[in-house]
Amino acid sequence: MTAETMQGYNYAYLDEQTKAMIRRAILKAVAIPGHQVPFGSREMPLPYGWGTGGIQITASIIGPLDVLKVIDQGSDDTTNAVSIRSFFARTAGVKTTTATEEATVIQTRHRIPEAPLTDGQIIVYQVPIPEPLRFMEPSESETRTMHALEEYGVMHVKLYEDIAEHGRIAKSYDYPVRVQSRYVMAPSPIPKFDNPKMHDSPALQLFGAGREKRIYAIPPHTRVESLDFEDHPFEIQKWDEACAICGARDSFLDEILTDDRGGRMFVCSDSDHCARRVREDC
Amino acid sequence: MYVAVKGGEKAIAEAHALLARERRGDPAVPELSLDQIREQLSLSVDRVMSEGSLYDEDCAALAVKQARGDLVEAAFLLRAYRTTLPRFGYSLPADTSRMHVRRRISATFKDVPGGQLLGPTFDYTHRLLDWSLAGQSESDLPRDAEQEFPDPAPMPRVLDVLGREGIIEAEDRGDDPEPADLTRQPLDLPAARDVRLQNLARADEGFLLAMGYSSQRGFGTTHPFVGEIRMGEVEIEFAPEELGFPVTIGEITLTECETVNQFVGSGDARFTRGYGLTFGQGERKAMSMALVDRALRAPELGEEKKGPAQDAEFVLYHSDNVEASGFVQHLKLPHYVDFQSELVLVRGLRRAMREEESGHDS
Repeated sequence: MTAETMQGYNYAYLDEQTKAMIRRAILKAVAIPGHQVPFGSREMPLPYGWGTGGIQITASIIGPLDVLKVIDQGSDDTTNAVSIRSFFARTAGVKTTTATEEATVIQTRHRIPEAPLTDGQIIVYQVPIPEPLRFMEPSESETRTMHALEEYGVMHVKLYEDIAEHGRIAKSYDYPVRVQSRYVMAPSPIPKFDNPKMHDSPALQLFGAGREKRIYAIPPHTRVESLDFEDHPFEIQKWDEACAICGARDSFLDEILTDDRGGRMFVCSDSDHCARRVREDC
Repeated sequence: MYVAVKGGEKAIAEAHALLARERRGDPAVPELSLDQIREQLSLSVDRVMSEGSLYDEDCAALAVKQARGDLVEAAFLLRAYRTTLPRFGYSLPADTSRMHVRRRISATFKDVPGGQLLGPTFDYTHRLLDWSLAGQSESDLPRDAEQEFPDPAPMPRVLDVLGREGIIEAEDRGDDPEPADLTRQPLDLPAARDVRLQNLARADEGFLLAMGYSSQRGFGTTHPFVGEIRMGEVEIEFAPEELGFPVTIGEITLTECETVNQFVGSGDARFTRGYGLTFGQGERKAMSMALVDRALRAPELGEEKKGPAQDAEFVLYHSDNVEASGFVQHLKLPHYVDFQSELVLVRGLRRAMREEESGHDS
C-alpha cells in the first residue's frame, strides 16, 4: 500500500475478502466465456448505474504496478471518467494514463478504444443490463433457464421481426453476440461499430454489472460473433464525413451541433486516438 | 468549443464547491447541528436508518445534513458507509415481546392483555398548520403527560394469543438457521421469506406504500386486519464466541406490525400473517411491509397471482431506492455514442424510405 492512498480505507477501497470473492467470480466467468456469474455486489460510494460493477472489478484486480485508463463514450475527459479515474488515484494510488497502449487496465463505458488492444491488457466494461434477453423476457428466472437450455429462438425472432419491419436489424448498440458458439451475450452498450474488436482479442475482457450483481468475461482469443442472418450479414456504422479534427475516416464519430441552424461537425469519440493522430501528423 | 462539451476535472470541482455553498444556505442563518436533526427531525433520521440499513442516529443525522434533507441521498450515504464496516457476527433475534412499549395498538380486539397505548402519533391530529411552531418561542410545550408507564413485564403479542388457539398459522421458526444476507449474496429466485423480509426492510417506503396500497385495491387481495402495531425500545443481545453467553450490547427503537389476513382451508381454517419491521418510528412503512410480505406469500398459500405486489421478482428487484435512483439518474451521464448510433440508424431508415418512394415515382 502506498502512502498516498486514502486514509481509513483499504487499498482500492474494497476489503480483501470482498476482492477475493470478486476474483473467484471472475475466474468462474473466464472459465465459462459469456456466462453471467452472480456475485455479492457491494454498495459503492458511487451510484448504481454509474459504473459500480466495473469499479468493483477494477478494484479487485488492480495493483500498485498497474497503469489505469478510464474512458466514457470513448473519451478520457468526460465527467464520469474523470470521477472514476480520480477515485482510483485516491484509493489505490495507481498511475493513470490516457494512452491506450500504456494502460494495463482500461475501464470503459460504451466504447472499445480504436487502437488495437494487446496481449496482457485487461479491459473492464461497465454494464447496465447484463441480460441480452431482458427486453424480450423480463423475468430473470426465465432468462437463466433459457441460457441453460441454449434456447435463443426468441432473440432470432426479434432480429427477424426487425428485418420484416425495417428491412434491417434495428439494433445499433448493445448488439448481441454469441461467445464461443455457446452463450448469447450483451456486449454492454458499445456501438455495434466496436463489436468486431471483441473477436479474437488478445486482451482479457471483463464485464461488471453492479446493480444487477453479475460478472461475465471473454478470455483472450475467444470467438465472438455478432448475431445475423446469411442474407442480412452484420454490418457496422459508416459515416460520409471524416473527423473534423484529425481527418480520420475509420473511427467512430460523435456528432456535435455547432449552431441552431443545422450546423454540425463530426469528431472522433476516442479522444486519445484523435489526439495521437494530430500529434503524428505534425 | 469541442472541449466545452466534455466535462473536466475543474468543472466537477467547481460544481462540488457550489453544492457545498448551497447546502449551507444563507450564512446569516445559524447552521443546523446534528443534535438538532437527531432530536427534531427524528422521523427523517429513522427513515434514513431503515433504508440505509444501519442503526446509528448520529451518522444518519450527518447524512441528512450532508444530503440537504434529501432522504434517499442520505440513505445512499449511509449504505456506502455501512458497506465498509467490519462484521463481528449476528445478534440474537430481537425479542419484541420484551419491548419497552411506547405505542401499541390492535385493530382486531377492543382490549388486549397489556392494554392499548396511543403513544406519540400523528393519528387523530387535525392537519392544520400550527403557526405557533413558526415562532421562536417554545414556552407552550405541553407538560409531560402523567404517563402511565406500562408494566415493564413482557407484553405478549396479540397474534401469539391467537396462535395459542391455533386459529392463526403457526410462526415457523424452524431451527433458526443463519439468515441470508442480501448485502453479501445476490438475490436468488425463488427467494425464501427471510430474504424477502430483508429486502422489504431495506426497501423504499414510497414503493412499499404503493405496492401495499395496490394490494388493498384489488391487485392481489389479502384482506388484512392490523393485529398489532407496537413501537418502543428493544434490547439487542450478542453472544461472542469466546464468552459463550449473550450480553446486551445496546437498545434500539423498532416499529413492528403484524397483520391477520384472509384464512386458508375450511375445516381446519386458519388466518394467515404478514409481518413488517422497521428501525425507529416507521409505522407507515411497517404496515406497508406487512401487506407486501403477505402478498408475496401468494404462491406458498396457493393463491392466484393477480397483481404486481404478489410478484416476488417484480417487487424484490425494484424495491431498493439506492439501486433505482442510481439507474434512473444514470440517464444524465453522456450517451453520445449510443445516441449517435441511433441517429445513424434512423437517418439510414429514412433515407432508404425516401429512395424507395422516389423509385416508385419514376
